[in-house]
Amino acid sequence: MARAAVLGRLTWQVATVAAVREETATARTIVLDLPGWPGHQAGQHVDVRLTAPDGYSAQRSYSIASPPGGAPGGAAGAATLELTVQRLADGEVSPYLADVLEPGDPLELRGPIGGWFVWNPTSGGPVLLVAGGSGVVPLMAMIRTRAVSGSHAPFRLVYSVREPGTALYAGELADLATADAGLDVTYVYTRTTPPGWPTPAGRISAGILTAGQAARPDLAVFVCGPTGFVETAADLLVDAGYQPSAIKTERFGPSGGQQ
Amino acid sequence: MNTHLDGNVLAGALRELFTVDITTAIGQCVACGTTGAMGQAIVYADAPGLIARCPACDEVVLRLVRSSDRAWLDLRGVSYLQLELPA
Repeated sequence: MARAAVLGRLTWQVATVAAVREETATARTIVLDLPGWPGHQAGQHVDVRLTAPDGYSAQRSYSIASPPGGAPGGAAGAATLELTVQRLADGEVSPYLADVLEPGDPLELRGPIGGWFVWNPTSGGPVLLVAGGSGVVPLMAMIRTRAVSGSHAPFRLVYSVREPGTALYAGELADLATADAGLDVTYVYTRTTPPGWPTPAGRISAGILTAGQAARPDLAVFVCGPTGFVETAADLLVDAGYQPSAIKTERFGPSGGQQ
Repeated sequence: MNTHLDGNVLAGALRELFTVDITTAIGQCVACGTTGAMGQAIVYADAPGLIARCPACDEVVLRLVRSSDRAWLDLRGVSYLQLELPA
């Protein structure tokens, strides 16, 4: 699965913002033009660096939301890249990306980075994706990659959000799941449910994660979210008999990590 | 409160030094002998640098500190790294 490759030296390059798209009240997607982008795998991230006029710089990692080869509907081979950024109230980098950056602006980044938390169409399935909040971003890249590649690998996404309006990509996920019986999307609302939701708001549980089924030996699991969420979800799965070696995790936090 | 991240966050910083991806490399912990992908390490990024610990025994396996013009890499916590290379 991990394709061995000798990579060039990882260097910073300047992308140009082609468009921005509001996703929720506190998150937006930044579409970047990136000449010379070598392509990426679903699940990889980039490092973004902001530099102030006085030379102070801050760096953060952001997961890539788009599939390899550009955004869905984009021109084939287009060197575009999408990042979805959740604004953190006390963030040093995210408020600039989520509020200030405009089309035409330059943005310094390096990537693609990371070969562990990735899914390729050749990886096959079945796949269980578990997202906490904006941890859905690299998992969405996997779902989009599956869709554009024509893969029939069975995918199930369990997506934990505080309340309905905070879910990223809700419309696109609904459309994809409607059109494709091989993709199942299950929401967990931790604070407020939509009207008429059959269960009260609550945290993720083993029953929801496993859908009451024992793990298939060929199942691959990807869990991404805040550290506490990731540990809870991974522990629930291991307690339910899932193989720890089949569970890949990616944690993000406020200081320098994945956001 | 949990503040640690994981080995995925090592990827960019170590790709400045190496031409292979470190997160898929298999490392063995000196302290307990456990082997696993470096992407599975527990990483603390809020120190002045990156500190990676073994997910099994919590011993330090890797430390990386970077200044503007040099880096310090301490790998004494891993007895070996197995790196994927093109055939």
